[in-house]
Amino acid sequence: MSQNDKAISAAGTAVRTIDPTTVVGWGIDADPKNDPTWPMRDRSGDDGRGMDWTRPPVQTVDVEILQSVEHQRRPAVIGVSTPPSGVSGILRRQAFRLSESQWGHWLLLILADRVNSVEGLFADVGRGRMPNPLVEMGLVKRSHARPAAIATAALAVLGVVAIVRAARPRR
Amino acid sequence: MRAMDYRGPRRVRIQDKPMPVIQHPRDAIVRVTRSCICGSDLHLYHGMVPDTRVGMTFGHEFCGVVEAVGSAVENLSIGDRVMVPFNIACGQCHFCKQGLFGNCHESNAQATAVGGIFGYSHTAGGYDGGQAEYVRVPYADFGPTLIPDWMDPDDAVLLTDVVPTGYQAAEMGGIQKGDTVVVFGAGPVGLLAARSAWLFGAGRVIVIDHVEYRLEFARTYCPAEVYDFREIGDPVVFIKKLTDLGADVCIDAVGADASGNAWHTLFGKKLKLEAGNAVPLHWAINSVRKGGVVSIVGVYGPTGNVIPIGNVVNKGITIRANQASVKRLLPRLIDHVREGRIDPKAIITHRLPLEDVAEAYHLFSSKLDGCIKPMLVPTPD
Repeated sequence: MSQNDKAISAAGTAVRTIDPTTVVGWGIDADPKNDPTWPMRDRSGDDGRGMDWTRPPVQTVDVEILQSVEHQRRPAVIGVSTPPSGVSGILRRQAFRLSESQWGHWLLLILADRVNSVEGLFADVGRGRMPNPLVEMGLVKRSHARPAAIATAALAVLGVVAIVRAARPRR
Repeated sequence: MRAMDYRGPRRVRIQDKPMPVIQHPRDAIVRVTRSCICGSDLHLYHGMVPDTRVGMTFGHEFCGVVEAVGSAVENLSIGDRVMVPFNIACGQCHFCKQGLFGNCHESNAQATAVGGIFGYSHTAGGYDGGQAEYVRVPYADFGPTLIPDWMDPDDAVLLTDVVPTGYQAAEMGGIQKGDTVVVFGAGPVGLLAARSAWLFGAGRVIVIDHVEYRLEFARTYCPAEVYDFREIGDPVVFIKKLTDLGADVCIDAVGADASGNAWHTLFGKKLKLEAGNAVPLHWAINSVRKGGVVSIVGVYGPTGNVIPIGNVVNKGITIRANQASVKRLLPRLIDHVREGRIDPKAIITHRLPLEDVAEAYHLFSSKLDGCIKPMLVPTPD
């Protein structure tokens, strides 16, 4: 049983057993002015402690959404940019099996981000588009994109040749 | 349409992308006329925020013209000029009802710790942002605010994040008349925090950074006493000597991308074993007087940071922090701009077409050419 399943199971059997009004002295020192959250938080707008507010209409989505296991239900509105895909997508799905409280969740996502940037390079090449890192990094102005692309390609070819030569067994 | 396209750490470009469409009855489509790059966008740009996916469009500081509205949006019309708060907030959940519009519970599926934010990774909801010609704006009947006729759009765009964030930093400090306020960071948010500290009655405002041209700007814009932390030795000792007991209020307006400590830089920024370099927060905790207030608006990642939490306890420090609740603050801030108490557009140093987004990020990230605030102009007014 995963930590998440264990937590969900334990929460499902937990019972609220204490009625505060039965506790001797309950609320006797309560002071509404002792509110360090003011004015960021307007408690007069508080209508309860649970998730029983009137919900906005719920957006229907046709892409894969990875959802935090800490959510009781999917939020009404969803961002649908760049759904998970490829190897990075597999890593992201694994990450979302862990709660936001687990470092593994975030470290897996950072790893997925790095893998994703490599996938992006391959995707560019697959679409017949030569990556142009010098321009994308803002080091070369857009007006010089073509020479920058040629220089990058030449450097890449030289790099590959150098690696091949270095790897060749010496007589 | 043309839109900024993230390709990996320090690599962005302009790309043709499909036009955004209405996906929810409360959506609107906004044609973007101004879009700034925020200091917190640099955390994404540097690859420091988990779940920042290749192909995403950044941008959470923007204003523009309403192009289309969903069936439930009755308070906006096509052609309205609007500023769009960076928080995506429903206005009716438990948190929105309390004015915590940065903590909406109906806008971010990927995380519960923060509400949705435009163009700020999937950790903040996975919404494409406003560094584009057009953008989908969820909950458009709640967030977007009409730009008054008298207001310059260059001012309006800065009211969507940087001004409210700086203002709320000062507000959270609980500044009392005569208080000494130290602001760590002379970036756009730090400048506005220092400027706002005077509005709350500060008696002395000190700004600490290491970027000389920004300190010079802060000296006259805020105005503030300014110090380069490379020239004052240990900043904590310096502030204690300057103030006898320590500052009444310290504001961290830097966040994860800070400089100033080799260990935090190595573990936080290079090895990613911390959620960025938390040295400004470290300095803030140790510089504030016992019983003082530390206000945090600098953005950190979601993992953890090494800070002297024991000193927080022993000194009885109050820590206050949140994403700015833009919608809550806008009426007051519009009034401040109209009365000339805050001059937002004075911090804009670079105005570039959307096509030059890669150059804009490089300028801002590397602090070149006196860059304080770069603004993109995706489409004409």
